[in-house]
Amino acid sequence: MTNDVNNARSKPTDWQQANKINTARLAFWTATWVLTMALTNFGPRFLWDFDQVLTITAVILNLALGLKMVLVNIKHIKGLDEMQQRIQLNAMGITLGLSLIVGLTYSNLNVVNLISFHAEISHLVIFMGLTYLTATFIGSRNYQ
Amino acid sequence: MKNKLKVLRAERDWTQAQLADALEVSRQTINAIEKGKFDPSLPLAFKAARLFKLSIEEIFQDEE
Repeated sequence: MTNDVNNARSKPTDWQQANKINTARLAFWTATWVLTMALTNFGPRFLWDFDQVLTITAVILNLALGLKMVLVNIKHIKGLDEMQQRIQLNAMGITLGLSLIVGLTYSNLNVVNLISFHAEISHLVIFMGLTYLTATFIGSRNYQ
Repeated sequence: MKNKLKVLRAERDWTQAQLADALEVSRQTINAIEKGKFDPSLPLAFKAARLFKLSIEEIFQDEE
């Protein structure tokens, strides 16, 4: 056992290898989903002149790839160790809570005309992304 | 929860990375456990006990 541990760093372990593969898969499916999102948004105007069949196909493809990305992300998180999973869980909880509160407040501001511009869903997505990144970073720092 | 992970590891001349590989966790997790910032689950504690050929109580102690 001692020799096994001493030799452990000479090559990546199965756990490390599986994590690398999971991360690469997540990156691939996320990139694919983002590309089909762009295709769904810009394709009708610039590629197929609002052909309804192609537009519906793009929307369904984007949705299907989004679901695949979620499944790959679940596998990625399950492959992390228990502390990394806890950091992710905390970050998700903070993101969900803040997105709900800030999102509804933002919507209210729009409804009562306290902001001059329209409250876009993309603003909420950006907020969620930044919150998740910050929460993950702070969570990781707390365990250092 | 206190633990003797750092001492046990040093006695065997293992690095944090080597212990992390043996327990199939990240080096950051080993560091957090050694510093008492993260308490491992029971399965991970059992895994560490098997690795060091000790009982869980010999590695991890309740601070109360």
